[in-house]
Amino acid sequence: MITLQFLPYYEIEDLSSAKRIKKLLSIVREDKILLLEGRLKKDEEAELIKKTMEQIDDNFKGIELGVIYPEKKDADIFFSLKKKLINMLLGDRHGFTIIGPATVVKEIKQDPGKIQLYTKK
Amino acid sequence: MTMLKFVQKLLNKFLHDLFRKKKHLKIGLYGPPNGGKTTLANKICKDWLGEEMGKTSSLAHETREIQIKEQVSIKSKEKELTFNLVDTPGIATKIDYEDFIKGGLKSKDAKKRAKEATKGIIDAIKWLDDMDLVVVVLDATIDPYSQVNITIVGNLQARNIPVLLVANKVDLKKADLKKIEAAFPQYEVVGISAKYGNNINDFYEALFKVAY
Repeated sequence: MITLQFLPYYEIEDLSSAKRIKKLLSIVREDKILLLEGRLKKDEEAELIKKTMEQIDDNFKGIELGVIYPEKKDADIFFSLKKKLINMLLGDRHGFTIIGPATVVKEIKQDPGKIQLYTKK
Repeated sequence: MTMLKFVQKLLNKFLHDLFRKKKHLKIGLYGPPNGGKTTLANKICKDWLGEEMGKTSSLAHETREIQIKEQVSIKSKEKELTFNLVDTPGIATKIDYEDFIKGGLKSKDAKKRAKEATKGIIDAIKWLDDMDLVVVVLDATIDPYSQVNITIVGNLQARNIPVLLVANKVDLKKADLKKIEAAFPQYEVVGISAKYGNNINDFYEALFKVAY
């Protein structure tokens, strides 16, 4: 059986970057596939990889990560500024992030419009 | 041109001018494992210093420590670019020592390699902030829409570090340059074969263009 856990953005919005990553990794380390509303900041994504590497051992082999993030291609300056302002005030709730333990998720294939998740079991 | 693009262009020009004034430039080779970073580093060093930089292997995570070659000078017409070349371990989100056993290593060596590989990835991410320009080396035969690639490029963009995207292994039939261009439309992509030297002059020209 595969467990998919949904995490709404409001559950991480008040947390520091370090605590956010700790929370996400603790869920994934329970062998659950995490579906997070929105996305992490760019530097948090890099930090997530770093923290994952620090925790790798014989049992925990790392994570598979995928992000769907819809972007309007012909967005004008006002739309971009509006989006940046909303993200600054409310956090980046656009799209969603999938994080799965590498022992459960074999591969996540993604393109701008879809995500395909291949499991090991 | 929209106002946003104009401001971005102005900011890029300012950063490039600042970049040119620095004395000890660091150019980093980043990307996922087995993309050909060390093969490209070797090609650059062989072309301009007459010696290779590091060992390559078909088994992933051959480079597990940051490698630096100092004072590499490349020339093109009247231009010259001198920099320290930094070859970094491939960035991945998972390391399984059993993959190394499947690749022919003994259990003890496989575990050691996995441990070193995780440390190498941590170091590579830490070094991002020190880079003045980054060449992202992708394997042109592999789907570029991976979150690792997007995270690397996104972090460089967020840090305002100039980027040159290289689609390596274009000598192979499966190589798809157009797919990499489509995945990262904001960057110029140079298709090369670091192993055989295909289009390597185009790579040097593009490096000058990004650096100046």
